[in-house]
Amino acid sequence: MNEEQQQAFEDLIYSYVGKVVCQRMPAKDAVNEPMIRHWAEAIGDNNPAYSDPQWAADSQRGKMIAPPAMMYSWGQEGFPVVAQGRTPDAQSELVERFNENGFFGTLGTNVKQEYFKEVGIGDTVYMEMVVDNISEQKATGRGIGYFFETLATFSDQHGDPIGTQRFRVLKFIPPAEQAAASSSDNDEALEVPTRIASPRGHDNKWWWDACDEGKVLIQRCKNCQTLRHPPRPMCGECQSMEWDSIESTLAGEVLSFTELHHPKIPGYQYPLVCAVIKLAEGTNLVANVVGCEPEAVHIGMQLQGKVEQIDAKTMLPQFYPA
Amino acid sequence: MSEYNTRNYDEVSVGDKLEPLNIDITTGLIVSTALATRDYEPVHHDKGVAQSTGLPDVFMNILTSQSFMTRFATDWSGPEAVVKSLDIRLGAPNVPGMVMTVTGEITAKDDASGIVDVAIVGENNIWGMHMQGTVQLALPQGA
Repeated sequence: MNEEQQQAFEDLIYSYVGKVVCQRMPAKDAVNEPMIRHWAEAIGDNNPAYSDPQWAADSQRGKMIAPPAMMYSWGQEGFPVVAQGRTPDAQSELVERFNENGFFGTLGTNVKQEYFKEVGIGDTVYMEMVVDNISEQKATGRGIGYFFETLATFSDQHGDPIGTQRFRVLKFIPPAEQAAASSSDNDEALEVPTRIASPRGHDNKWWWDACDEGKVLIQRCKNCQTLRHPPRPMCGECQSMEWDSIESTLAGEVLSFTELHHPKIPGYQYPLVCAVIKLAEGTNLVANVVGCEPEAVHIGMQLQGKVEQIDAKTMLPQFYPA
Repeated sequence: MSEYNTRNYDEVSVGDKLEPLNIDITTGLIVSTALATRDYEPVHHDKGVAQSTGLPDVFMNILTSQSFMTRFATDWSGPEAVVKSLDIRLGAPNVPGMVMTVTGEITAKDDASGIVDVAIVGENNIWGMHMQGTVQLALPQGA
């Protein structure tokens, strides 16, 4: 999007600020004990203010109340959303405008509710909602995007205010659709997950630093020339603490391997095969096998590795079928 | 009424910690709580739809996270406390197989209104922060 297009796009989306998403509408059901009980059972909330009429009658309130967190639930459409989809409104139109322009990603980021009055059995919760504000364009960890916020106002059958809800949503261009977004110090930024950082200590930092330079080194005893990996201070053969290193050719063979399925951890690409690889130089290395179906990986498989940039922060040797 | 005690504003101090709560995230919990909050969005009960959004499985809906926040606060305070506000920032999704640990601490007191701020964090054991925010409770004051 060039500057002119962005200006036109922003004029369009900002025209939605203040638009009514829904007029003041009563919930389909008045506040009632069965729906509260279903909520309390599922959430595991044993608060007697919601579920024990006798306790509630003797309490300061003198009556049972609905859980405040249910405020928005009363007005939810329910199963028709699944069966027929949502009825178009200003919010869904705004979302469509974002989608049309590549901002497909949707992420609820914040909810703020204020409660002015507790509602009791028999009260009816009314809700109205507007698009309250849309941020300027932000570079977030999820991608370039805009935050929009809806404001819902709740009242009862007498028109008395019950509460408000501000719901903030990030619409963003998913990372696959853009060059890696730079992280920002904005505290609203969400970070793109990277691999777990390599622990760099006194004895192994040199190895990882070389990896960052695109090289896989193998530690070599200066006294007896024995190779060793992973890095450690002393030779296991002659106990010498003098060492240097050689660069591996990254030719290797699978000694053993496993495929990781669950849980899928952000920052890792699946399918994910981890193997113990015997390098041509003689030492073993744990690394990923890529560039083929997991089913094709087998013990004895010949591999050729190369050091690659895996994510914004990580360089790692990756092994391909030779 | 003695079986349910409510904390008095005067006996609460800034820095007080709440007893942590572990919640096992199961498909049953995610589906039951989504429906109990009247949220029928398919991503909360249909694994195939959830996977099409890039997640491994169905995930907890926001109304349920809000509900766990307030439950955690009023479990601590007792039933006469009045929930005044809820401010929640959402993080990583809760999907089946995870355990969410909820912790909390009293971070502010307002003598005029009797309102205490309970800062609450829910972290799951795989992806970390799921929800983070504050529930404000009005507690009974005086004898």
